[in-house]
Amino acid sequence: MKLKSLAAIVALFAFTLLVQAKLTVVATTADLGSIAREIGGDRVEITTLAKPTEDPHFVDPKPSFIIKLNRADALLEGGAELEIGWLTPLLEGARNRKLALGQPGRVICSKGVEMLEVPTVLDRAQGDIHAAGNPHYLTDPANAKIVASNIAAAFAQLDAGSTDFFQANLKRFITQLDTKLAEWQKALAPYQGRRIVAYHNSWPYFAKRFGVKVDLFLEPKPGIPPSPAHLAGVIAKMKADKIGVVFVEPQLSRRTAENVARNTGAAVVEVSHFPGGVKGTEAGYLALMDHIVNSLAKALAAQK
Amino acid sequence: MKISKMMGWSSALCLSAMSLVAQETNQVEQLKLQIKQLQENFEKQQQIQRQQLEALTRQVETLQRQTAAPAPAGTNAAVVGKLDDWQTRSWRLGDPLRIGNQRSYMDIGLIGTFAVGGSTANDLGSLQSGGHDPSRGGFNMQSLELALSGNVDQLFRANAHLLFPSRSGSVETEGAYLETLSLPGGLQLRAGQFLTEFGRQNAQHPHAWNFVDSSLVNQRMFGGDNMRGLGARVSWLVPTPFYSELFLSVQNNEGETMHSFRNELESGETLFGRSLSFTSSPKSLNQLAYTPRYAVSFDLTDTQTMLLGVSAALGNNSSGADTQSRIYGGDLTWKWKPADHAGGYPFVQWQTEGIFRDYEAGAASGLSAETLKDYGIYSQISYGFTKGWIAGLRWDYVDRTGLATSLGGSNNYDDAERAGRWRLAPNLTWSPSEFSKVRLQYNHDERRGLGTDHTVWLQFEFSLGAHGKHKF
Repeated sequence: MKLKSLAAIVALFAFTLLVQAKLTVVATTADLGSIAREIGGDRVEITTLAKPTEDPHFVDPKPSFIIKLNRADALLEGGAELEIGWLTPLLEGARNRKLALGQPGRVICSKGVEMLEVPTVLDRAQGDIHAAGNPHYLTDPANAKIVASNIAAAFAQLDAGSTDFFQANLKRFITQLDTKLAEWQKALAPYQGRRIVAYHNSWPYFAKRFGVKVDLFLEPKPGIPPSPAHLAGVIAKMKADKIGVVFVEPQLSRRTAENVARNTGAAVVEVSHFPGGVKGTEAGYLALMDHIVNSLAKALAAQK
Repeated sequence: MKISKMMGWSSALCLSAMSLVAQETNQVEQLKLQIKQLQENFEKQQQIQRQQLEALTRQVETLQRQTAAPAPAGTNAAVVGKLDDWQTRSWRLGDPLRIGNQRSYMDIGLIGTFAVGGSTANDLGSLQSGGHDPSRGGFNMQSLELALSGNVDQLFRANAHLLFPSRSGSVETEGAYLETLSLPGGLQLRAGQFLTEFGRQNAQHPHAWNFVDSSLVNQRMFGGDNMRGLGARVSWLVPTPFYSELFLSVQNNEGETMHSFRNELESGETLFGRSLSFTSSPKSLNQLAYTPRYAVSFDLTDTQTMLLGVSAALGNNSSGADTQSRIYGGDLTWKWKPADHAGGYPFVQWQTEGIFRDYEAGAASGLSAETLKDYGIYSQISYGFTKGWIAGLRWDYVDRTGLATSLGGSNNYDDAERAGRWRLAPNLTWSPSEFSKVRLQYNHDERRGLGTDHTVWLQFEFSLGAHGKHKF
């Protein structure tokens, strides 16, 4: 009798294990996490390390992240040195063989992405420049397709039984993305060549895709805080060239951007690279891009 | 102008070449051929010109774009790279300097720490007794650290920290060890020379300090150069839902970096009134220091993290035939960083550590055997209030319990190694980037029997090459 109930418990336990045999996946940033959710659906359990509102270059390597990485089947990382300052010590502490470089569980999402602004000379006098190129490549939806394909391929390798499921999700995501991309391009088509000011140089991929120019920055050099003299120069250029939109990201001094906007009559457009970074974009990557494109188009339309 | 000239020359050349052949063949045919060739030639030239024109136009456009909007200096918007080759391609400018092929590379970093200052104390060397503290008026080189690291192979990673210190002049092997990459069961093994995993401060390299100098209690318990030695360490990530890790270090317990253990003194020097010249070799197990540590961490909220640890260091000391030292410590680190920080700022970090020690001192000339009990605490807070600026405050307190009997019962003079003292040190750090910092610090020292002293330091530091990534 006792043995029977024990066997039942064991069977139940084994069954729950089987049912819950989801892939445990850690994504460094929320954009990768949201694309992974589209592909993995309910067959993966995804945890994101960096908060969508925080500066992804300077995430605190909390000990709790070590535990998450220790127990993960896969790690999705940007692969363009964005996380270089904090991911290495975490991985050293996590001692997880599945996440070693070259293992199927270590997913370098940028694989195959055409990187922009690859430095020809590496000199720290130029500020915080990434040797692999500008790491903010997911602001171009075309790159999201590459990332989604990389993730689908990795998931299929880790859970071969679900290959068809992941492939179907990938197909659906890419179809949605293509439709959306056409919409977004149409929405921004009237504003070709228009200039936008940003705090940090994190929009070259977006600018290239949508034909706008994001080429004036509140930071004098990447990662270097703006000085009053530099800001005065930016304000003068904005007035001279009639630039009417300033991008502001949640983690980058909103006050500075608002001051500049007030001095120039420009509109502040709240954007983020990460779903959830701006209110209303929690649903995922498509919602985020929808928000960026629509609020930019609205601001540019109002500018004349 | 140039184009027509070129056309003229090329047609003239063609014509003269053709005329030689013309004599032997039908003239009409020949002329037709000539016309055809001239035509072809003309078209070819035209095509080249068109291509050149297009290229020039493109160049002009790029230049116009750049002058209107300069790409970030040092980068070239036109340079496009694929990332998927980074594991296999050969070294190029900007990669970490890698020695050997891709299987045995090494990252190299060099960190220089200097300080300039002055004090009211005329025994600055004992006021600032840390091995890497600035300890003389005027300029000090606190340390020049060469950091080498990399994966050795599929199993191991290696790290070396070579310090060029200011005091002895020789190269100090602060660390040089092998560590496993991924043992099963959450285990990790380390072997070689390394800083002992005791509390928070002891395992930190000088450049990772939040203050110009090391804490008084660490100096007193572990000596000026932190506790370190040859040995092995095993650590285990305990399978708890929160972070918890168990460490055990086993190291040789002799030498000057084993201050409270089988310390070796130069002839003429004493510690606790004893010359520590004891040289008989104890049983091999007694030649080791054992340092267990258990650390746990919780995310209190989304923005607050707490790390707690308890440590002990146990082993024989060199004051008697079988005398032991036992050091116990507890530490707490709390950090707050808002969800929308930029560049890691703002933040607040509070770190505090308390340590106490039982030192069984053997009988020596005029001194009977006794157990010396000492303790100390430091508490420090760092507030990064805006990007690149950190204000800090540290309070240090160390003392002994009981009488200073180690000096033969003469209680009107206190052993400087055990006497009560405290320090309050406010500082301000400016970090223009992660790779440099300038720090101004004031130390208010009170030493029992010696009175008050005021010291001011200006510290500056650079970091070249691969930057050592800091743990939490």
